[in-house]
Amino acid sequence: MAVLTYREALSQALREEMQRDDRVFVMGEEVGVYQGAYKVSKGLLQEFGEMRVVDTPITELGFAGIGVGAAMVGLRPVIEFMTWNFALLAMDQVVNSAAKMLYMSGGQFPIPMVFRGPSGAALQLAAQHSQAWESWLMHIPGLKVVTPGTPADAKGLLKSAIRDDNPVVVLEGEMLYNTKGDVPEGEHVVPIGAAELKREGDHCSLITNGKMVLVAMQVADQLAKDGVLIDVVDLRTVRPLDIAAITTSVRKTNRAVVLEEGWEQCGIGAQVVDVIQRECFDDLDAPVLRVHQADTPMPYAKNLERAAKPDAAKLIAAIQRVMYIN
Amino acid sequence: MARKKSDARDGTVDAALHRELLRTMLLQRRFEERCAEAYALGKIGGFCHLYIGQEGTGAGAISVLRDDDYVIATYRDHAQALARGIPPRAVMAELFGRSDGCSRGKGGSMHLFSRDRHFLGGHGIVGGNIPLATGVAFAIKYRGGDQVCLCFFGEAAVNIGSFHESLNMAGLWKLPVIYVIENNRYGMGTALERASAINDIAERARAYAMPRAVVDGQDVLAVRQVVGEAVQRARTEQIPTLIESRTYRFMGHSMSDAVSGTYRTKAELEEHVKRDPIGLLRAQMQAAGQINNEDVARLDAEVKAVCEDAWQFADQSPEPPAEALYEDVVVDTMSDAEVALT
Repeated sequence: MAVLTYREALSQALREEMQRDDRVFVMGEEVGVYQGAYKVSKGLLQEFGEMRVVDTPITELGFAGIGVGAAMVGLRPVIEFMTWNFALLAMDQVVNSAAKMLYMSGGQFPIPMVFRGPSGAALQLAAQHSQAWESWLMHIPGLKVVTPGTPADAKGLLKSAIRDDNPVVVLEGEMLYNTKGDVPEGEHVVPIGAAELKREGDHCSLITNGKMVLVAMQVADQLAKDGVLIDVVDLRTVRPLDIAAITTSVRKTNRAVVLEEGWEQCGIGAQVVDVIQRECFDDLDAPVLRVHQADTPMPYAKNLERAAKPDAAKLIAAIQRVMYIN
Repeated sequence: MARKKSDARDGTVDAALHRELLRTMLLQRRFEERCAEAYALGKIGGFCHLYIGQEGTGAGAISVLRDDDYVIATYRDHAQALARGIPPRAVMAELFGRSDGCSRGKGGSMHLFSRDRHFLGGHGIVGGNIPLATGVAFAIKYRGGDQVCLCFFGEAAVNIGSFHESLNMAGLWKLPVIYVIENNRYGMGTALERASAINDIAERARAYAMPRAVVDGQDVLAVRQVVGEAVQRARTEQIPTLIESRTYRFMGHSMSDAVSGTYRTKAELEEHVKRDPIGLLRAQMQAAGQINNEDVARLDAEVKAVCEDAWQFADQSPEPPAEALYEDVVVDTMSDAEVALT
């Protein structure tokens, strides 16, 4: 076990998978000579050469589609979007080509590829660079969507994503790249579709994913000092959802809060709450509450941005409400 | 650029080849006439875009490929699928939405696929297949192979972003792809001149440092020659080419569209129908003494029988079973399961 940053963990996963399988290549803007906009691909060009670490022009739709085409004939592309905000330009290829090819070809053309990059808000990047796209992408049959929140999960989920024979979306976070944690060396694979109980507690379930796992753990620590014990369920994968992990926790605690980075409408929380009301109706002692971004584009000003983002204070308030504290 | 003329009368004619091209085009034509009939009877649903009038392009271009090359098409894909050798039974069964269809009844008219025949689909979004073709060519180069990818799309697709993004990278990276514009003059009902800032759309290749050619799409032998040169360039030098094949569709944009009307006159249509690619090749072959009227009638009867057989087969093929709904959304394998094409 080594302590690595989230960035180093992703980088290690890429390197190990490229060493393991010469069909794996990395393509995107600034991944090679520049060593990655966020340095995730640092050193890969030197190790694997320019055929396997491919710098592209600024042309998201084009290189996303090149990845799908290459996957159709058996390569295993890892397409990096500098941020998922730019991937909006590529959505036709992600949705209409990658996600549907297997189905509309009657099973003849699997698309073994990864689309990865940071999603969600960093600091003061304003409206066009601060968007969490989990709920858009998890809407789509044919995709798998993972959102690692820790360095260990970043490595394990990216390795699984590269080995998976389906198109897998990996949503990372600019604010996560420098976070540190224990990461198993070598073969460390986290299965897609499996949530993890990151903290055990009997009083309330906190269901979350991705970057929000950090906020959840911080809040769980803080509340534990007051004797409030939170079950923190890190979904890790938002498509397919680990239904059993959600229901097991809620049946134990009888209360739940769902925390996500993005907007409320049709968000991850909407889906999780639907699962809970269907599967755990008789187990609930309080309505399920959601914590999410304000229903606005992200503002630039520091105070407004703070007000828009989900944070520890908002989360604590929600947990206290479902527990009828105060 | 000068238009390439066919070499049909230069003494090197190949009667067997010409006969094969004539048969392919006749099969495409008769098959799609049956499609129109089946559509009217409700046996084919959804959108159905016919290729009638454009056969010279698909038949001529695909005829130069090897089996291990790749073809990728648009939603107007029936004729290319047939030319590539997907059995007419499997194509018709797909159009009928049946389980013996080449996409197991889940793709339909716009999404014909065949892994065996390296036919990488019918794609329904204008321009959507162009990056895919570019990616296939990237994979060929990545592996060090000498295959090529042939990509068909209409003239209206040259105005969409994916065309420019793809040609830029193909030109930049020297990828073995041949982009064939099937210029049938209209994107649905919008004439080329009303959609593109330049009329000689092959000129767009200049922006991407790519060879270009313009060919008479009604002359199947000319198409074969021009595409053959481009394929050779791609195979041996990994140079992409943009080819504009000037053709005309004799039918509406789709089955729900009148053959002529608001956007083109009946007189214009009739003028173009005089240059039917099948009629032109037949006349050339007759002039060269390669075929007579009885041969043509026999060939026609043969392909009609193939189409009737395809219809009967499709009609009797079962609908996909209920469980097929949830099959092939995702595949349950990891990379240790070999999925690569060779």
